[in-house]
Amino acid sequence: MRCRESDFEKIPGSVSRRDFLKVCTATAVYMGLPASFGPKIAEAATAAKKRPPVIWLSAQECTGCVETLLRTTHPTLEHLILDLISLDYSETLNTGAGHQAEEYREKSIEENKGKFILVCDGSIPVKDGGIYCKIAGKPVLEILKETAPKAAAVVAIGSCASWGGVPSAEPNPTGATPVYKILEGTGIPVINIPGCPPNGYNFLSTVLYYVTFSKLPELDDKLRPKFAYGRLIHENCERRPHFDAGRFAEQFGDEGHLQGYCLYKLGCKGPETYNNCSTLRFNDMGTWPVNTGHPCFGCSEEGVGFNIPLHTPAVVKNVTPSAVQTPITVDHGGGMSSGAVALAAGVAGAAIGAGVVAMKKVGQEEKKQD
Amino acid sequence: MKIKRRDFLKGAAGCGVLAAVGQPTFAEAKKKERLPGALGFLYDSTLCIGCQACMVGCKKANDMPVESSDLLPIWENPRDLSAKTLNVIKKYENGTGEEKDHETDGFAYVKRQCMHCVDPGCVSACPVSAMRKNPDNGVVTYNKDACIGCRYCQVACPFNIPKFQWDSAFPEIVKCQLCSHLLPKGEIAACCSSCPTGASLFGPTNELMAEAKRRQQMEPGKYYNFPVSSIDSGKTFSQKASRYVPQIYGENEVGGTQVLLLSGVPFDKLGLPELREKSYASTAESIQHTLYKGMIAPIVVLAGLFYFVNRSQNDKD
Repeated sequence: MRCRESDFEKIPGSVSRRDFLKVCTATAVYMGLPASFGPKIAEAATAAKKRPPVIWLSAQECTGCVETLLRTTHPTLEHLILDLISLDYSETLNTGAGHQAEEYREKSIEENKGKFILVCDGSIPVKDGGIYCKIAGKPVLEILKETAPKAAAVVAIGSCASWGGVPSAEPNPTGATPVYKILEGTGIPVINIPGCPPNGYNFLSTVLYYVTFSKLPELDDKLRPKFAYGRLIHENCERRPHFDAGRFAEQFGDEGHLQGYCLYKLGCKGPETYNNCSTLRFNDMGTWPVNTGHPCFGCSEEGVGFNIPLHTPAVVKNVTPSAVQTPITVDHGGGMSSGAVALAAGVAGAAIGAGVVAMKKVGQEEKKQD
Repeated sequence: MKIKRRDFLKGAAGCGVLAAVGQPTFAEAKKKERLPGALGFLYDSTLCIGCQACMVGCKKANDMPVESSDLLPIWENPRDLSAKTLNVIKKYENGTGEEKDHETDGFAYVKRQCMHCVDPGCVSACPVSAMRKNPDNGVVTYNKDACIGCRYCQVACPFNIPKFQWDSAFPEIVKCQLCSHLLPKGEIAACCSSCPTGASLFGPTNELMAEAKRRQQMEPGKYYNFPVSSIDSGKTFSQKASRYVPQIYGENEVGGTQVLLLSGVPFDKLGLPELREKSYASTAESIQHTLYKGMIAPIVVLAGLFYFVNRSQNDKD
């Protein structure tokens, strides 16, 4: 089904068809798909009789992940939850409250069994039966275990849900556990979108990919979508040339810092953090920590953010060391150049020729004397 | 002139006696100790991230040109130390090359430059004292005005460090002089001041030796404070300690060097040769000094020659 202008006029707050297609094309580009996939995404988002239902569960979290989504402007949040997805339950964004909201959640889960996307932010406390985080009197551990098997896919948004995040930092008093570990062995597909907060577009792109192609995007060994977490921040950092040239800010506010030099010495974790912050940036205004002058904190990387002290220099991860770097042993003197060989051969030839002529002459002289 | 078999054997026996007499007097030259004010640096391969900032810093401080090689056509990638490169970071790679400081399927970096030996071969071999060891800080320096271009220093160096400007009409020897021009200004070697991780750490060699021994006692995986730039800079980084091979390269090699190295990969894998504890210079010097001691041996040899020449002369008559 193609989307028509009339489809959009029905929507309160009226979005033009043009704006909608712009959003879908932008989403395609974020995921590294050709721009021509924009209309496909638009079709998928409008073709279903119902928009893809989403249940958003919040566990031990700070609402930062929801906040970052609120600040995306293409699409805007209202556009997202009213046009692109059907956000059926979210503790922060619900209009209803209390029993009403809980009832609606259960109703939506039953109605959309096997079709809805379960989003979870925050880590799951497992210590003492999970009593450290309860919703409507029920531990979130139980809610997750009940809900996840009915979902089409589970998206763990934020570092807490992806690998434990802040609540899992030592001494981890609540037994904070990432979502994928809770669901380990159940065969339920889990996607991690780590970050504190993650980029809203990484989440959005993942959801729309699923809506469009009915499958998960390609994931890495830590269940993160490769289109977003395939490269180190360091690889695409705008301060990288300063790193390569050995220009470092020594401390906050010094000459190097004012000049925008590399923040490695201030403890930047970009060289060991896989994320696309350096290319995608935040808040639709091209900003991210490193361009404001603060070193990367490594918030999205397990074992880095909230684990390694802020100003400890990072371990520079390399898949393999650079090919440009000098190897231990180098073969010196790779033979003569062809020009030199030709010249040497010419000289040798001339010498031999001259020698032969000289010998002949000597012989003739001797004969004459005889 | 004919030499009789008998005379020949007599002569040979005489030479043998001379050699035998000479042998016990090849007294070991006294082992040279590190100067109390010896300066150098400690290179810790496990802290090195291979950023090559030290190479850039070195070129800037010593006003050296950039060097492009055929490894890849890019701006600065020397193949090795050369007349344009005093300091180079080399990489060790094995198998998949994934784990840093692992001998198998890993990689590691090593910094190569002059080791500033306690008893340098180049200084010993130099016939004109163009190579000198500073009597205060022990830095091995080069004086281009004294140099005659014989390149004995290149042959004498066990680390293959001095390089010759083959492409120059007035060639010089080029080697690291530990930024001797910066030291009087109170600055430190450029490679150490530009190193972001403290992998190259400047300081007096005896303090660096203590630091190297401290690092070898560290428990791998635990966090420790590592000084940055120079040992007395007061700046430290908290870093996880790595597993070191139980050797401080430069502690005993060829009589000791003022540059010390620590690594997680055996040093021979990093292209650092396994060397004996005695310096080659001391061996060469003890032989030469014995031979010419008080000019006795040359005079005896000369006298012997006179004797034989005289005898053969008499035989003819």
